[in-house]
Amino acid sequence: MQKYSIFNLVKNAFSNHDNWDLAWKDPTPKKEYDVVIIGGGGHGLATAYYLAKEHNITNVAIIEKGWIGGGNVGRNTTIIRSNYMYDENALFSEFGMNLWRKMSQDLNYNVMFSPRGIINLAHSDAQMNTYARRGNSMRLNGIDAELLNREQVREIIPMADFSENVRFPIFGGLMQPSAGTARHDAVAWGYARQADSMGVDIIQNCEVTGFEVSGGKIKGVRTSRGDIKVKKIGLCVAESTNVLAEKLNMTIPIETHLLQACVSEPVKPVLDRVVTFGAGHFYISQSDKGEMVMGGDLDGYNSYAQRGNLPTLQHVLTEGIAMMPFLSKLKMLRTWGGIMDMSMDGSPIIDKTHIEGLYLNCGWCYGGFKATPASGWTFAHTIAQDRVHELNAGYSLNRFNTGYLLDEKGLGTKTWIS
Amino acid sequence: MLYIKCPHCGMRSQNEFSYGGDASVKRPELNKEISDQDWDNFVYNRKSLRGKHWELWQHLSGCRQWIKVERDTATHEIFNTLKANEDIS
Repeated sequence: MQKYSIFNLVKNAFSNHDNWDLAWKDPTPKKEYDVVIIGGGGHGLATAYYLAKEHNITNVAIIEKGWIGGGNVGRNTTIIRSNYMYDENALFSEFGMNLWRKMSQDLNYNVMFSPRGIINLAHSDAQMNTYARRGNSMRLNGIDAELLNREQVREIIPMADFSENVRFPIFGGLMQPSAGTARHDAVAWGYARQADSMGVDIIQNCEVTGFEVSGGKIKGVRTSRGDIKVKKIGLCVAESTNVLAEKLNMTIPIETHLLQACVSEPVKPVLDRVVTFGAGHFYISQSDKGEMVMGGDLDGYNSYAQRGNLPTLQHVLTEGIAMMPFLSKLKMLRTWGGIMDMSMDGSPIIDKTHIEGLYLNCGWCYGGFKATPASGWTFAHTIAQDRVHELNAGYSLNRFNTGYLLDEKGLGTKTWIS
Repeated sequence: MLYIKCPHCGMRSQNEFSYGGDASVKRPELNKEISDQDWDNFVYNRKSLRGKHWELWQHLSGCRQWIKVERDTATHEIFNTLKANEDIS
């Protein structure tokens, strides 16, 4: 594989950039693999990469129904953070933050990680108290957190509404300075390119049609491009988790919902942080192209549509305008929807299943993108070692049975109830 | 925008309704031995079908009645609506 470097860039300039290698190949599926990862999104690609890199397992195929990076890794608002209170979530996410910090070097691909900080706004004294508590918990877990008062917030984001008679005045906020954003497509492509270079087969336009299970063990997977014999399968399909679980006669604590996001027309630099509204569900950042990137609530009913409905978008943008009135002057450039695998306690699942050789990675709700490296790393460990790592021990499938829920926000699939 | 035909009030916009999830989920019967698995299936586990899906909605800004709606979760087409006490055929 050609290394991406300034030297190679100059060298290839002389040949009109015609001689670059393909970033990844387009192989025909083999008859047999050691591990098959179903789902060529961020998590699936990262899993294959860490299987090869950390566990030396390279006879691996990624099977993707559409094209890699065409699902939620290409549809999110690119926010990366670890501002969690519960130990399980905090330690997992912070482990991921460390992978993010060195990802561009590790993958030899510029993922444009931009640790610009995230501010969660508080709109009441009570909310300031909860943020203080969350910030303290974060600090105890070695994560940076700063509680900001109203004036400190005003200095950082003067364009927010600080007038006196608003419905939700800004009391302050909780900032995680090391949080940020990254270029989402580059994350998928970077992982794909490295995984491919280590021998992983990335098989696109290949739909899973069934599974071969006998004696409680995985024997193979049936696909639109032929049957494949395999002992271990990692299911990493977000929106299609329920659909594939049905083929395995499993019912899982996941409901499939639609989340919309949108960007405005590009404007000059105005916002250099990620900001979330504390009195509703709205988050915003500005992309390198100048677009304001915004998102908020789920549409609120089961959906596989990958496109949203106007009432929710209207509701979300009303919150945005309440927080930053200048947004009302901007034109909307693009809106889109992605399908979320909403778990019942709002936390993900990375675990083994009752079928030997079948591993499950799902339930990422709104937080899938930031978890890409940590999810891939721990899922690869779980598959390779056939046991969960301590980092994902809390993300068990049976917690809904035992009662050890990770209900960090007290929200599951019905987030609009909050 | 979805338009849902409330069996009590007629065709109304989605804005008047609130969603209540899978209508085929049944609460385990009281006064009987109920296994953990039964509770799991009632509280947490969902089929979350792609395609035709019977679900509960409440006509919150209308007659406030709960209703059952048969909707396609991939196309949002609505096929049928029933009162809450009517059985899905």
